[in-house]
Amino acid sequence: MSTVDEAKHGDDTVAFGSRRQRSRTEASQSDDLGFDASAPLLVVEDLRVEFHTREGVAHAVNGASFTVGHGETLGILGESGSGKSVTAQAVMGILDSPPAKVGGGKVLLRGVDLLALPEESRRLVRSNRVAMVFQDALSALNPVFTVGYQLGELFRIHRGVTRQEAKTEAVSMLDLVGIPGAAQRVSDYPHQFSGGMRQRVMIAMALALDPDVLIADEPTTALDVTVQAQIMKLLADVQAERNMGMILITHDMGVVADVADKICVMYAGRIVERADVHSVYGNPAHPYTKALLESIPRIDHKGQQLASIEGLPPNLTKLPEGCSFHPRCRFRRDRCTTDDPPLYDIGGSRQSACHYYEEVLAT
Amino acid sequence: MGLLPATSGSVNLLGQELVGMRERELRRVRRNVQIIFQDPYASLDPRMTVGGIVGEPFRIHPEVAPRGDRRAKVQELLEVVGLSPEHYNRYPHQFSGGQRQRIGIARALALRPQIIVCDEPVSALDVSVQAQVINLLERLQDEFDLSYVFVAHDLSVVRHISDRVAVMYLGKIAEIGDEIQIYEHPTHPYTQALLSAVPVPDPTLRGQREEIVLTGDVPSPANPPSGCRFRTRCWKAEDLCAEEEPALIQRVAGTSQLSACHFAAELDVIHAHPTP
Repeated sequence: MSTVDEAKHGDDTVAFGSRRQRSRTEASQSDDLGFDASAPLLVVEDLRVEFHTREGVAHAVNGASFTVGHGETLGILGESGSGKSVTAQAVMGILDSPPAKVGGGKVLLRGVDLLALPEESRRLVRSNRVAMVFQDALSALNPVFTVGYQLGELFRIHRGVTRQEAKTEAVSMLDLVGIPGAAQRVSDYPHQFSGGMRQRVMIAMALALDPDVLIADEPTTALDVTVQAQIMKLLADVQAERNMGMILITHDMGVVADVADKICVMYAGRIVERADVHSVYGNPAHPYTKALLESIPRIDHKGQQLASIEGLPPNLTKLPEGCSFHPRCRFRRDRCTTDDPPLYDIGGSRQSACHYYEEVLAT
Repeated sequence: MGLLPATSGSVNLLGQELVGMRERELRRVRRNVQIIFQDPYASLDPRMTVGGIVGEPFRIHPEVAPRGDRRAKVQELLEVVGLSPEHYNRYPHQFSGGQRQRIGIARALALRPQIIVCDEPVSALDVSVQAQVINLLERLQDEFDLSYVFVAHDLSVVRHISDRVAVMYLGKIAEIGDEIQIYEHPTHPYTQALLSAVPVPDPTLRGQREEIVLTGDVPSPANPPSGCRFRTRCWKAEDLCAEEEPALIQRVAGTSQLSACHFAAELDVIHAHPTP
């Protein structure tokens, strides 16, 4: 099959020394989808995902909106059950459905609504345009194939290259993500790699087809702190080199503070605060963000007693009336138990879903 | 805890040698040393009620509480850890992770031990629930005059709760000292690398902190490097490090912590600022 050089960013081909080829058919098919180079990179509008369960309908993502530009990192911060991973899966188009179902909204990649595309077209978008790094590399990789095979598969299927060419590509990708002795390790199986090296393999697979947007879902949660630093540095470096948009999903307030440009804080399926990273950490505008920041111990000074958030995150099938956070909120008033706050625009391109954000900002 | 047999060495508890002790005697000694496990899902028997779980230590050590008093004692323990005495007849699956961890804590407290080993007690919990459990552990420590051996990988949590800290690498203690010494005046390269790798939730410090990114992974403990175990990832390593294993001794004048590095030197990597 004939191939055509289609490096999207002329200089990074040189920087990484790997050939970027796309099979003519797939490239033109993907372009046929109508991507508009002048449109914003990724715009998510009012995304809704529901899970239909025996206990009722769980609104796992309840109207999430955000944008990611070239070279920009968006941090999505939340606890388990807040909807952050489901958001990522909906953007990738890999929701488990049933039980999950997209209930509405748009995911616009360069002006094209991915949610409106048929499955076959979405397949072209995955890896080519939007790729993902998963939390648990051991279960995300197939244990019975070598990493070289799994990496090469991307090139064979999406680029139509031969097995031999695919292997060469796989070696250069492993090399790119800093795996020593890539030429030998390409024939190893996932279990022969350490946790950090496995996560590098995952990153290599995500970067293989040179995506525009990289979604990293808790990429370092399973790793040691010294290895976590290596992986975060690798992600930041490749993102800067390739000018990708990145969505970093994590519950670790430290990790996002280090790398994100913008932050969305999610609670019970909704974005409760959205702002640039300095505003969120410097002067949070939502009681949940504020409480989270006060409840974590810090390494750079020994604090007094931690301010804990009482209670538990709510059950998504039985959300409290009014604001979902009100049972745990210390700024709560009567109104919060009946009126669900919208995401208020609070100036400085910041938003907060709290009726009393002014009070939160002032304390 | 004596849950794994020691190959050699010595564990001395209140003047008694535990290594090599027979199971019967160990059981008696364990009254004084209890444990809180990491995983609140795996460490509670799903077929036992909360009352049965928290009361089980009394069955093993009947001398602590006469049979008739046990129910009241268990209910008192549940209250102490912030649960309701009415939870006595419920099963673990009816509780959240944080509440389960409280059940585990109540069980560890039952025999009024002097020492509690906390093995990663909050790492399985959600961020907003972690602080609740940490605060509970601190309150109990004051209330019952407990000593904790707190095992954790989260260096911020360790700093928050500890008086003294031992940093381990590949089965050996690399550095040991009080909390201020370890966090503000670390002398071992591994401690320094660890501290520099911890992300701080403050974007204004971005790019201002010392950054030591180690290369490579932790070698296999079955076949550790010769000499110093950290030398394969250490930027200070010289020939001496491969030849001679560094002893854990006081290394740097003006500091009193023990450091297992031939080239120990103080380096403030976190730029600690005073407690507000």
